[in-house]
Amino acid sequence: MENKKRYNLKEVMSRPERLTPGHRMCAGCGGTIAVRAVLRALHEGDHAVIGNATGCLEVSSFMYPYTAYTDSYIHNAFENAGATMSGVETAYNRLREKGKIKDNFKFITFGGDGGTYDIGFQSLSGSMERGHDFVYVCYDNGAYMNTGIQRSSATPMYADTTTTPVGKESNGKIQYRKDLAAIIAEHKVPYVAQTTFLSNFKDLHTKAEKAIYTPGPAFLNIMAPCPRGWRYETSEIMNICKLAVETCYWPLFEVVDGKWQLSYEPKNKLPIEDFLKPQGRFKHLFKTGNEDLIVKFQEEVDRRWEDLQFRCSQE
Amino acid sequence: MAIRERLSGNEAVSFAIKQINPDVMPAFPITPSTEIPQYVSAYIANGECDTEFIPVESEHSSMSATIGASAAGARALTATSSCGLALMWEELYVAASNRLPVVLALVNRALSGPININCDHSDSMGARDSGWIQIYAENNQEAYDNFVQAYRISEHKDVMLPVMICQDGFITSHAVENIELLEDDVVKNFVGEYEPENYLLNSETPMAVGPYAVSNYYMESKKAQTEAMKNAKQVILDVANEFAGISGRQYGFFEEYRLEDAEYAIVMIGSAAGTTKDAIDYLREKGKKVGLLKIRVFRPFPEKEIAQALKNTKAVAILDRAESFNAHGGPLGSEVTQALFNAKCTMEVRNYIYGLGGRDFRVEDASNVYSELEALITEGKEIENYKYIGLRSED
Amino acid sequence: MATDISKITEKSPWQDLTEGNKIFAGGTSKYFHTGEWRTNTPVLDKEKCTQCLLCTPVCPDSCIPVKNGEREDFDLDHCKGCGICASACPFNAISMKEGK
Repeated sequence: MENKKRYNLKEVMSRPERLTPGHRMCAGCGGTIAVRAVLRALHEGDHAVIGNATGCLEVSSFMYPYTAYTDSYIHNAFENAGATMSGVETAYNRLREKGKIKDNFKFITFGGDGGTYDIGFQSLSGSMERGHDFVYVCYDNGAYMNTGIQRSSATPMYADTTTTPVGKESNGKIQYRKDLAAIIAEHKVPYVAQTTFLSNFKDLHTKAEKAIYTPGPAFLNIMAPCPRGWRYETSEIMNICKLAVETCYWPLFEVVDGKWQLSYEPKNKLPIEDFLKPQGRFKHLFKTGNEDLIVKFQEEVDRRWEDLQFRCSQE
Repeated sequence: MAIRERLSGNEAVSFAIKQINPDVMPAFPITPSTEIPQYVSAYIANGECDTEFIPVESEHSSMSATIGASAAGARALTATSSCGLALMWEELYVAASNRLPVVLALVNRALSGPININCDHSDSMGARDSGWIQIYAENNQEAYDNFVQAYRISEHKDVMLPVMICQDGFITSHAVENIELLEDDVVKNFVGEYEPENYLLNSETPMAVGPYAVSNYYMESKKAQTEAMKNAKQVILDVANEFAGISGRQYGFFEEYRLEDAEYAIVMIGSAAGTTKDAIDYLREKGKKVGLLKIRVFRPFPEKEIAQALKNTKAVAILDRAESFNAHGGPLGSEVTQALFNAKCTMEVRNYIYGLGGRDFRVEDASNVYSELEALITEGKEIENYKYIGLRSED
Repeated sequence: MATDISKITEKSPWQDLTEGNKIFAGGTSKYFHTGEWRTNTPVLDKEKCTQCLLCTPVCPDSCIPVKNGEREDFDLDHCKGCGICASACPFNAISMKEGK
């Protein structure tokens, strides 16, 4: 770690903006809040190559001839963001060795949960296993939003999506979500973290900086709410993120060289209803007769939270 | 001084890779191209080559990483066969449309199913419209020579397109034959250093690759790609001429074998051309005017030149080593027939399918084709427009 | 040589597009004004603003420029009017007014 300075919001916000406005993401999108926050963690003077899986972010942030990135950027396809950056990073090593490149470059790839948890999972796993020095950032909005809110393996249980629609015979998605951060941690890479947007962004910033400046592969899982898919007022995003953390639906943690650490433990863990209630995709759970569904959701949140606490208590 | 050796086609291509010493090679094994990444890995392990090898987890990733490395500013390549090529099909289009000068060593093998590891051209013919330049070899010498020429074509500023260097699985890739190799420094001087104008790792000017392009841009982009493919024709000939200067071996779009005064011609691609040449020599001794047009460059397709070379024949048999399931012939059949039609040629044209999944193509098979063409012209004995060679059948 | 994207429009002939649709420049999206989309507009009450900057990282559109530790006025050429900044302000210094 080069930068041990205390986090200072005024200092980091004064850095040159690396995501330019004029991209076509929806008003209130969580995806670009995540991208901006991660890119702010790059040290001034360091160059970067930004990678991107196909998805909302890609089709909106590089519409020919408008790129929203002040750094170099490569989008290849949906399922290969990990492999593509493997090639870029390897080229960098080779060209530096040959003396053709002198400057410092960092490599950061963004993918939504579709491109990361699902179609790009193999490519991500391969690139992590091979030890390329780059960061893979998943902006997890819990469904295939670009194609119109279809379920993914990151979609929470009971969510109403266009491929798990709520109906007379259906209460939404049947399965709980895949724990991708844990799966990547089991690749025994040097750095894995889970975070979201909270007040002054210290948690996200610190984790992004560690991810970028830890040699070797790193994975960041950032919950990035989607107002269209989750069905809440665009202005409410910070509240939704806070409730996700306070209910332990989205715990904040790091896995540093295999050691699990909780970043935050709520003093009073809030009931899961508090997270579900403001979101239209869970509206059906609050109908009379569906009380048991919320109980089941709570049980799964509790089980996973205890499991995480156990991992984090191990020396 | 040329080096006389005995090598398989896979060894020959690997040797060319070692001599060129490219920057990055991601690859995933698949029979019969597996030996290429193995040989390159061994060269690297023994310090004979500085290429960075990426042992990716699939062919989709090998082409994805090749694209990433090339966009970053490196000279990149990969190797594959059959289903490996099919798995990277999406990425073939991306490499070409991004105008990245990557090279693929393809060892032709039948596509599944049923799974079959032997030679046919269904893999590369399936990728024929992906925007890649395709150059085919008859033997290990041609595979080596074509590979040495590949980057000079792909990296030419008027082209900037990926190149597929194809050889026949097992027949060429594994059979050991005599070969003349060039000296290392001769190859290095011929190929030169790759100095891209724009690349991701250029700290002066950032580069963005792979946009979403709306309808108002897409069609113009495809036109630009097509123009680059047209430009490739002259560049391929120029590079071939320069290559003749260092090797003494002259290449063009195709080889004409005893075609000049031929009345009956076969058009085909790849190793089976050697077999056909044997049949021609035998038939010529018996006074038959038979000849061969062996296609080397299939993309860009040398339409006018092919028609010109065939225009004085009485009958042409186009032999495809791939089905296209259009129910009237193979891909080479369609394209050569179109070339002849556009040139207002009126000779008889028939399409044959041979050698699928490694089915033998023997000297007598080639002789039979010539006999059928002759009987068609001299006795009016009809041949189906589209037939299989060496097929077992109840009729 | 950097790409001058003002020369690339939806009416450009094919010869004028960049090779492989690559752009040799950074941050060209700023020439596209997403402010047109806005139906509600943030208004800053400079009296109430304490320059705590909590409104700045929450903007999905990088529309609250910060210079030397202080926020400046909204970039209304690009602001889409999502209202996240107004909700995030602990001092009620940002209000959303209807219209552009």
